[in-house]
Amino acid sequence: MMASTLFRTIQIHPFLLYPTTLFRRRNGALYCTMKSTQTQTATQEKQQPSKVKVSQHTQSKTLDKIKRDYEAVIGIETHVQLSTLTKAFCSCPYNYGSQPNTSICPICMGLPGALPVLNSKVIEFAVKLGLALNCKLSLNSKFDRKQYFYPDLPKGYQISQFDIPIATGGYIDLDLPLEFGGGHRKFGITRVHMEEDAGKLLHSGNEDYSQVDLNRAGVPLLEIVSEPDMRTGIEAAEYAAELQRVVRYLGISNGNMQEGSLRCDVNVSIRPVGQLEFGTKVEIKNLNSFSSINRAIDFEISRQVLFHSQGQSDQIVQETRLWEEGAQKTVTMRKKEGLSDYRYFPEPDLPEVILSQVFVDSIHNSLPELPEMKRRRYEKMGLSMQDVLFLANDMNVAEYFDATISSGADIKLAANWIMGDIAAYMKNEKLSINEIKLTPQELVELIASIKGGTISGKIGKEILFELLAKGGTVKGLIEEKDLVQIADPIEIGKMVDKVLSENPKQLGQYRGGKTKLQGFFAGQVMKLSKGKANPGLLNKILLEKLNAES
Amino acid sequence: MLSTIQPPRCLSRIAVRGRTKSRSLHILSSAQSVTSASLIDHSQILSIRDSLLSRHLSAVQLTHSYLDRLKQTEPQIKSFLHVSDPDKVLKQAHEIDEKIKRNEEVGPLAGVLVAVKDNICTADMPSTGGSRILEGYRPPFDATAVKRLKNLGAIVVGKTNLDEFGMGSTTEASAFKVTANPWDLSRVPGGSSGGSAAAVSARQCVVSLGSDTGGSVRQPASFCGVVGLKPTYGRVSRFGLMAYASSLDVIGCLGSSVADTGILLHAISGHDTLDATSSKREVPDFTSQFTSASSLESRPLEGLRVGLIRETVDGGVDSGVKSAIQSAAAHLEQLGCILKEVSLPSFSLGLPAYYILASSESSSNLSRYDGVRYGSQASSDELNSLYKESRAKGFGPEVKMRILMGTYALSAGYYDAYYKRAQQVRTIIRKSFKAALDENDILISPAAPSAAYKIGEKKNDPLAMYAGDIMTVNVNMAGLPALVLPCGFVEGGAVGLPVGLQIIGAAFDEEKLLKVGHIFEQTLQGYNFVPPLDADGVFA
Repeated sequence: MMASTLFRTIQIHPFLLYPTTLFRRRNGALYCTMKSTQTQTATQEKQQPSKVKVSQHTQSKTLDKIKRDYEAVIGIETHVQLSTLTKAFCSCPYNYGSQPNTSICPICMGLPGALPVLNSKVIEFAVKLGLALNCKLSLNSKFDRKQYFYPDLPKGYQISQFDIPIATGGYIDLDLPLEFGGGHRKFGITRVHMEEDAGKLLHSGNEDYSQVDLNRAGVPLLEIVSEPDMRTGIEAAEYAAELQRVVRYLGISNGNMQEGSLRCDVNVSIRPVGQLEFGTKVEIKNLNSFSSINRAIDFEISRQVLFHSQGQSDQIVQETRLWEEGAQKTVTMRKKEGLSDYRYFPEPDLPEVILSQVFVDSIHNSLPELPEMKRRRYEKMGLSMQDVLFLANDMNVAEYFDATISSGADIKLAANWIMGDIAAYMKNEKLSINEIKLTPQELVELIASIKGGTISGKIGKEILFELLAKGGTVKGLIEEKDLVQIADPIEIGKMVDKVLSENPKQLGQYRGGKTKLQGFFAGQVMKLSKGKANPGLLNKILLEKLNAES
Repeated sequence: MLSTIQPPRCLSRIAVRGRTKSRSLHILSSAQSVTSASLIDHSQILSIRDSLLSRHLSAVQLTHSYLDRLKQTEPQIKSFLHVSDPDKVLKQAHEIDEKIKRNEEVGPLAGVLVAVKDNICTADMPSTGGSRILEGYRPPFDATAVKRLKNLGAIVVGKTNLDEFGMGSTTEASAFKVTANPWDLSRVPGGSSGGSAAAVSARQCVVSLGSDTGGSVRQPASFCGVVGLKPTYGRVSRFGLMAYASSLDVIGCLGSSVADTGILLHAISGHDTLDATSSKREVPDFTSQFTSASSLESRPLEGLRVGLIRETVDGGVDSGVKSAIQSAAAHLEQLGCILKEVSLPSFSLGLPAYYILASSESSSNLSRYDGVRYGSQASSDELNSLYKESRAKGFGPEVKMRILMGTYALSAGYYDAYYKRAQQVRTIIRKSFKAALDENDILISPAAPSAAYKIGEKKNDPLAMYAGDIMTVNVNMAGLPALVLPCGFVEGGAVGLPVGLQIIGAAFDEEKLLKVGHIFEQTLQGYNFVPPLDADGVFA
């Protein structure tokens, strides 16, 4: 349950709660059969009632059947903006959202005579990601120029890597969330390469001009190209989500999709099940959330399958389509007339990138525990996959959890506290785990105090919220509020006596056989103790006294 | 005023004819050693320093003499695209004088007037690269080389004319004016650093900066009878040099003596954090190798192995040039060098490969001139026509031709046949130079197949003009240093036209080139490489 609330960027749609795919491996290739498109369409209709024609619904019913005969092939190109202090080739800082053209210099403006000098952090980050994605690193790589004219590209070329990327041939592991059917996936990574970002064009609303903002020009990016291994929108969205986790765990990017720090362009084609050749691929852009990746792909699959099934597969052309969030559909952005010629050639202003094995090894040794390793470790600790995903998905939550258990907290109890009351509090208050006042050490103390009987579970919950909001220590609060559990049998006995004497009528009824009234007496004693009486002891003494004089 | 000021000594000697005696070379024997000659005699920079520190002359006086000279000669020579405001120049000179008066330290280049090729950025001064597309453009920064010169006390006297973005061999491809050769005003000064060479030759400045992508410092040095030094690729920061072909471009030095170019090189050399291709090698004090003529032994270059590149004295080379080079070779032999001919079989491949690589890189480097951010922008209401119009109007025909060639060579389907093959040729050239320089200490050749030709003579024959770069392009392809110094004359003009000897060394071995050049220069008797312009700047 909590997993779906903390699963941050993918919005949960009812249709996603049903497993939509069936997988079977055959000769190493992944095949899947589409199901439950009807639910999907239903969801879309609910969301966009005015825009979906009724006829589409019936169409989708048949489409659902047809889709089983086709397989989608999905590959993703992801651009990750690196969180280096300065840009890739100059010393300008980059801060998202700063005033246009306030973070620029002769180098990132492409002034005559200016030259790029590589920020060594870019290489370090690229090596980190390459290793994290299980890639083979090119010890000798180079930069190339990708040439095209556009006003946001100050030099008329983008410094990128063409034929020798810094990392190639890796893979990424992920576990699909249970609400999407669960299961482990391994998707291939074709390559990772370094390049620079372009600026931004600000199109005027009503006027017929555009303005150029070069703040982003020269910001370092890593482009990650996947193998065409994904078959559904959910797999693609999960691939992107896992990539986001990896870059966040590595600390090389904030991975924020809304700010454009993580941008995915998706290639989708379909082919009849069993066919080996790929179909004509369509590129989809403007995917600003994992949810839109998922929905755009599923829309695109349906669109292409429909053409195929109607014998109009020639209508599927190689083109770039834009995902329209409002209309929930893809529309043509530009049709490609063959391949564009970027006239790549080696960047003469930058020396070759030569990595020493010692450098690579030192990076390798300094890598943090990555999401996949964390999930496997949590799994071995005996946590359920639901809990594992919840705890490992957010690096900060994982760190918090790890700090708690490394201080000796009971694993399951700690997980439950974090996933339960703490997560609920974070959600209500819109806080991240780093912003709550409760330290992992105090959570350990809280769990121990309950387990050891110092305070009751009920009191524990009460002071939890105080600790979350205001901080402080468990011991301090217990003392300050006099919350220590009453475990003295004599004291409890006195309270029981008091309650019994004050309720002669109920006592009589009890002794007359209405033993259910035990709960009433227990409640009264607990109330009298202000909730501090040890429940076990209380019940034991109460029973003794209730039954003593009968 | 000129008559009252002695140093710049050259100015008092300008009426002397180019060829003072016969063509034959006069070699110093130990008995003949010129005792009066000192290092200072051969270096304007050292002589200026000597005059300033000895209070013999003030920087203001010196500056006045150069500015007057510039004013007188510029209408004929047209070396400059922009001359610094004389008041500002004199103010800087005055500040140097004040410092000297207060006995404060002044930089080694204090009071030295430097002219800077206009494709090298100077802060708050026009820097057009000789192109309409940058008309009126003033960079917000100094090129690293300029900054270093200024830090050492040098004064930038102006920006010199060039072939647009360095693309040309005559300076006729400038968008703004045609520079004349001070030896014969009807002839080209060479190019693309024609303005920088002519300015030094006409003594409009002490030294100048040029840039050399395929010979653009050396060939005009040869045409104008001055010393031109193309450093090893990476020796001098390219930051602030408008890129033509980044893998070949270097900033080079022009001066009226080997010593001056050496001092200038020392000032601008060394690693620059703003240029990733600049070398981190230590920069030696090039002048420490200099020996004054008085203390030279009879055979000061005893045992130095000199290879005359056979392919550079074959057919296609002007016979006068050939004999001047042979005389220079004989002079080196008399200085003790062991001369032999060496063959560089890949030599003829250099020219076509160079034009492919240089054009390819330039097609990319010049993409930034799109009219969007700076420079001239065509008025247009649509993006593509903004690009097209700005570039159509902004670039001259030579630049357009090279962009077209380069774009073609890099296009899909042609890359392997052109760019990639040219790179392979480049590797072969580099290896063959390496082999030749393993067997020889230096290599020699003419700097150009001919002396300066007439303005307009090759303007409509680009292939003939490109062929003129045959002597120099290979050196850029190999990234090696080369020094060109005047070694003789051929018939032409009123008094003959100077011919330059090119000395090529191993990478980062400028020190050796300068040492050999310095000895050669001091021992070469009977020539005066100051063009015979009279004191009013009128051709004598």
